[in-house]
Order: sequence, then structure tokens, then C-alpha cells
Amino acid sequence: MEKNNLKAWLYLLPSILFLGVFMVYPLIDVFIYSFEEGYNSASGIFFGVGTYNYSYILRDPYFLQAVKNTFILVIITVPLSTAFALLISVALSSVKKLRELFETIFFLPYVTNTLAVGLVFMILFKSTPYSDGLMNVILGVFGMSPIDFIDGPYWAKMLVLSVYTVWVVLPFKILILTSALASVNRTYYDAAMVDGTPKWRIFTKITLPMISPTLFYLIITGFIGAFKAYSDAVALFGTNLNVAEMNTIVGYIYDMLYGNSGGYPSFASAAAIVLFVIVLTITCINLLVSKKHVHY
Amino acid sequence: MKIVLENLTKKFPSRNKKEKTDVIAVNDFTFEIPDGKLIGLLGPSGCGKSTALNLLCGLLEPTSGKIYFGDDDVTNLPAQQRGVGFVFQNYALYPHLTVKDNIMFPLQNLKGDKKLTKDEMQKRALEAAKLVQIDGLMERKPSELSGGQQQRVAIARALVKMPRVLLMDEPLSNLDARLRLQTREEIRRIQSETKITTVFVTHDQEEAMSISDLIIVMDAGTIQQIGSPQDVYDDPVNLFVAKFLGTPPINVFEGEVRGGKLYIGNEDIMDISGPSDGKVHVAIRPEGFDPDEKGRFSCHMGRVEVMGRDISVVCFNDNCENENVRAIISGENLPEVPKTGDVRFNVKPNKVFIFEHETKTRIPFDAV
Repeated sequence: MEKNNLKAWLYLLPSILFLGVFMVYPLIDVFIYSFEEGYNSASGIFFGVGTYNYSYILRDPYFLQAVKNTFILVIITVPLSTAFALLISVALSSVKKLRELFETIFFLPYVTNTLAVGLVFMILFKSTPYSDGLMNVILGVFGMSPIDFIDGPYWAKMLVLSVYTVWVVLPFKILILTSALASVNRTYYDAAMVDGTPKWRIFTKITLPMISPTLFYLIITGFIGAFKAYSDAVALFGTNLNVAEMNTIVGYIYDMLYGNSGGYPSFASAAAIVLFVIVLTITCINLLVSKKHVHY
Repeated sequence: MKIVLENLTKKFPSRNKKEKTDVIAVNDFTFEIPDGKLIGLLGPSGCGKSTALNLLCGLLEPTSGKIYFGDDDVTNLPAQQRGVGFVFQNYALYPHLTVKDNIMFPLQNLKGDKKLTKDEMQKRALEAAKLVQIDGLMERKPSELSGGQQQRVAIARALVKMPRVLLMDEPLSNLDARLRLQTREEIRRIQSETKITTVFVTHDQEEAMSISDLIIVMDAGTIQQIGSPQDVYDDPVNLFVAKFLGTPPINVFEGEVRGGKLYIGNEDIMDISGPSDGKVHVAIRPEGFDPDEKGRFSCHMGRVEVMGRDISVVCFNDNCENENVRAIISGENLPEVPKTGDVRFNVKPNKVFIFEHETKTRIPFDAV
């Protein structure tokens, strides 16, 4: 028994080592930095210990903007993308012809580079001296005046970012959901059919409960992913996100470390801890809710 | 509700690209199932019996032919409008619903003037649950039930909407041996109480024989024989039916009819009249042997298996098509069976069947 125990630890060692060095140690470090005022990573000195870093970032308008942006993004994109993914997967699993073709089309964004997709969105939405962008041309057809989606009003920029985010996260969710739908035992549907169950009732009473574990997994990872949004905003609005009012929390952390206003690891750490607390809280709420509604 | 099938046929397109012959799962079924009976649809696996059941239920559409429930033509009705109850092989209980909700599920689908109030639903569900004796388990989830209990819930769910016809696909195959015995009695009881015409599919001949009013033996998509279990057992129309029914299985020998005598090898085991001379298959039920020192049929002695009341004599004969010859005799006759060497039997004429050598159909004969 003792020997086996040793063996088990030996097998676990590589991952424990890597996780410890690259995950646990930095995590603790970040936590400590967040309480060290004016820490300088080059010299390794700081002025004192306290909550100044937190009170600074919580009063920093850029940080508050970033938090606001992130929350709006999360609230819009997580439900939307999950709902769309569910809709599309249900549609996909009910078509027989050309199913593989559709699956490929819906899965394409997953294998496409974020920045390349961002470029495509720029072409769709950005006004240049030569054209107003495809989106504005379409709007023009309906008699609406052109809107600058990239450098224009806040809501327009948020709209583009949301659409983009939904589109980028959709394929993964569709993939997971289609396989979840396919794994529901056919005889449940046969049984429901023999009993004359209407289609909508089959969906709500059988399909949804059956795939609810997968659905909640997607919602939880969706929340976490959306809270960590950054590259999407960069792809659309460039690196100067504070000026564009489109910064996210992760973007703020990055800026504090390396950006134009960079060199403030203490502020970055405090922001990172705030983000961590937010994500942790939301995930815990999610798990509590899912315990009530997930059936396995 | 009687069920009438007319030339019912189901073909599946061939998946084999080189050979484009359709697979005929159900071939030209024509028969009538009388009202209120328990019918066993019996056959080896892959013979099309589940397909036949799915056609009755409406989950599959027939290629041709007609299905009537009573006088209604239901051939083109979808499953939900046929008013059938179906018990699936794996029960298909919804795992996220309690027993009560599972049983009430079909009732909650009813619409229009058939719609029930909540109290009525509860009442009907409880009645169905009482019938299958699971009324104490209404708040459990299916995963908290044993296999037999799940089976009962599935039956209750099928019965609660008062179906015209109850269909069961291998209802006992997921149960262990003891529970199987118990549950088949239960199915018999429930069927006689509700008097709903019930068709169940099975590959287990013992199961079908023990509880059915009528058995339908099928093989390779075609009906071989329909009749009461005892009739089919005593009077099989062909070698397949004779071999399929009965445990231990019937003993089959290469034989010959020559000059009014039935030969196995060079022993004439019986004097018969009727069939003309020629090669035949001779099938003798295990209980058709009488050990007798002067018996006309001899086998090389193998071993004796004591099974309590009866004993089973396992012996060998060169002309036997089975692995060995198995004779079931009463324990009192044990002293007449030698331990080694040859064992001699007389055969009981009503336990001997003769089948045509090529077509394997039954040849009637009279013992002389």
C-alpha cells in the first residue's frame, strides 16, 4: 500500500510540478503583489503594505470602464451565444441532407485565427475614406444613415464587439451541443412519439433535461471565457483600448503591466484579484443554480 | 381490440453496394390476432420480430400491406394516433422524472376534449401503479429502482392511457433469471386483468410458451406457424419450428423411410404407414424415449445427468445432427439405463416427427 502511494505521487509529480511553478506560485505571488504598494519588479522593492492598490483601481475611471464593458459583454454574449448554439444544434440534428456541410460551415470560425476574423469584421463594419463598410451599405438600403461602428458611438462599438464575440464562441458550443444531442438515447423519442407528445413538449421535457449537464457546462465556461475577453477587443479596436472606451478587465491588467501606462504590477495584480473574485463568485452562483436544475 | 394484418411487408434497402437486393425483414404477414389475447411473437434474433412490432406500433412504415385495429385501418396512422402502449426493451423511462411523472407523461399529452384535470391524472396514474404494484414508489427516480421495478413502471406508463393494444419488445430480456419467471407471471396477470390485446416479442421459447395464449413463430421474416403453445409444440409444421421449441432441444437424426419402416442408420426404430420411401429428417423430443433392453433404437452411452424428478441421459448416435442425443426419462427408469456400452430405447410415436429431407416440411405418418 505504502509503495503504491509512492508510485501514485511519482506519476502525479510532473503535473504537480508544472502546476505549482506556473499556476500556484504566480497566483500566490499576484495575491501578495496586490497588497504591496508601488512594487517595482526590477528592483524588487515596495513602499508599504495595504489596500491602496485596490482603492486606486476602484477609483480609476479606466478600470471602472473596463469592468462595465466586461459585464455588458458577459451579459449580452453568454445567453445569446448559448441560445443560438442550442437553436443551431437542434436544427442541425434534425436535418439529414447536407448536414456535414452545415456543420463545417458553423465550425469554420473555430479554426480561424481571432485576428484574421477581426480583420473581416473591420471590413464589414469600418468606415474608410472609400467606403462606409458593408454593414453601412446594407443599412443604407433600408434608408438609414451610416454609423461608424469602429470609431463611432459607444453602443455601436459594443454591438460590434458583442456580435463578434458571439460569432467566435459559437462553433465550440455548437460542436459540444450537437454531440450531446446525438448521445440522447433514441428510444426516449420513440417512447414520447408513441405517447403522442407534441414537439415542443419533447424539446422542453426530454431534450433539454437530457442535455442540461452539457448546457450548464457551456454556460459556466462561457461566463469564465467572457470575463477573460481581451483579444477580441484588440482585434477590432486596436491596442489603445482605453481611448476607444472598449477596454476589458484583462485588457486593463495587460495595460498596467506592459501598455503605455505600464510598469504598475501592483495595480495589475489588484485588478487580477478583483477579476478572480468576480469569476469565482459567478461560477459559485452558477453551480448553485445548476444543482437545482441539472438532473444528473 | 382484434388486430388484423394483411400481406404486411417491410423491406429495408440494401447497404451492400455490390448486391442491391433489399432486406425483407417482414415478409407477407397475414393473420388475425383475436381480441383480448396475449400473443408471443417468437423467433431467433434477427428474424424480424422487432420490426413486426414496430410496424404494429407505427414507429416504422410498412412497404406494403395493411394493419387493422378492430375495423379501423391504422396502416397510415402515425404512432401517436394509434392508441398503442409500447414497453421498450430498455424501458425508456425518463431518468429525470419521478415514477409518478413518468406514468403521468402520456396523460399530460392529451389535448382537446380528452384533456384531464390534474386530479384525474393523479388518480389514473395511481390506478396504473396499483395494477403493477409499484404504488409505494411513486416519488422515486428510475435510477433508484431495481430492474424489475423499472419494468413495472414501463408497463404502467404504457397502460395508463388505456391503449387499444399493448406491445412489448423483449420485456424480460433485461431481468435476471428469477425475476424473469416472476415478471412473466406478472405480465400474464396484468393482461388477464386488463384484457388488453397484448403482443410481446421474445427469442426465448420457454417464455413465450409459458404465458402466451397464442404463439407466432417466425424465421427470416416469414411466419412459420401460428397456434396455441401446446399445439405448436405437439404439431410443428417444419423442422425449424420443431427445433426452435422445447428445452432441451429436439433430437434430429438423418433417417430413411423404407418399406413401411423408419430407419435411423441401419436400425428400424418404428413401423409406420403413410410416407413414401426416401431420405428424411427424424426428430424425436427428449421425452420421447423409453429405455428398454430390447428397444429398437440404440445409442452409445455417454453420461447421466440427474435433475431431481427427471434424469437426462446423454448419449451418442452417428446419425444424430445435434452434438449428442438427449433423452429425458423418469427417475424410476434409471436402473434400466446401463452405465457404459449401448443404451437401447423404444420411441414414443407421438413424440417423433418426420420431415422432408430437402424442404424440411413435416410428413404426416401413422404408427403401426
